[in-house]
Amino acid sequence: MESNLDSPERWVEEHGNVLFRYALVRLRDEHIAEELVQETFLAALQARERFAGGSSVRTWLIGILKHKILDQFRRESRMVATDDDESPGYEDNCLVENSFSSAGRWSATLSDWGDPEQTMENGQFWTVLQYCLDHLPKRLARLFVLREVMEGGTEEICKELAITPTNLWTMLYRARLGLRQCLEQNGVSTA
Amino acid sequence: MLTCKDASRLVSESQDRPLGIWEQLGLRLHLWMCVNCRRFEWQIQLLRKVLRKSTSDADQDTRGPNLTPEARERIRKALSERDEHSH
Repeated sequence: MESNLDSPERWVEEHGNVLFRYALVRLRDEHIAEELVQETFLAALQARERFAGGSSVRTWLIGILKHKILDQFRRESRMVATDDDESPGYEDNCLVENSFSSAGRWSATLSDWGDPEQTMENGQFWTVLQYCLDHLPKRLARLFVLREVMEGGTEEICKELAITPTNLWTMLYRARLGLRQCLEQNGVSTA
Repeated sequence: MLTCKDASRLVSESQDRPLGIWEQLGLRLHLWMCVNCRRFEWQIQLLRKVLRKSTSDADQDTRGPNLTPEARERIRKALSERDEHSH
């Protein structure tokens, strides 16, 4: 059933949970997700007259929420940027250093994961991946989600977050190294 | 000859930018000889695939998680207050 634009009080009922899940899976923080859902509805209320129709109310609301999520990423990245500017964080720099010997070889053998979607129980890989995202330095996890899920092109991300492409590639590299290491330590393998 | 450290970095960057021809050749040669880096490549491709798929699955999942009743009430209140102001 399509909700009526004239009855915003019904929006929460009809779209609240969908918007909440959309924000939660991308931000991994219930409180921020709730907040952004509220901001989305309030922004929608103000922009009601400008809703062009054409798309469904839900698509329109999700479009607004998406912008709110990107704003959140931008705010957070600015917050950490004041700490260490563009210099690599200590913790995630170690991640690279510890993964390789001084001669540049892997310091530990990588195990064969096979195809976890086949070998692991349904959703188990995803559960571990979520755990690992939560244990990655926050800036790296945010950037990784922005790149992989919000489908931000690299140029766009660099512009939005005011970082250089090289810096972005470095951080994504660290995120991937960190995630794979965490996944392996938490039992993702065919062994 | 690329080290594993160089090669893994290129594997990662190949997900974010097109590699140059010499980078590609160097990387292919390294991967051909190095099982660890081949596994790394497979694993980070899998990360992208699973993250994208699970996110879109979560968007479709009607079972939850849902807004708590308290959050729902708070949002409804904020919305109706703002709505009254605008009239």
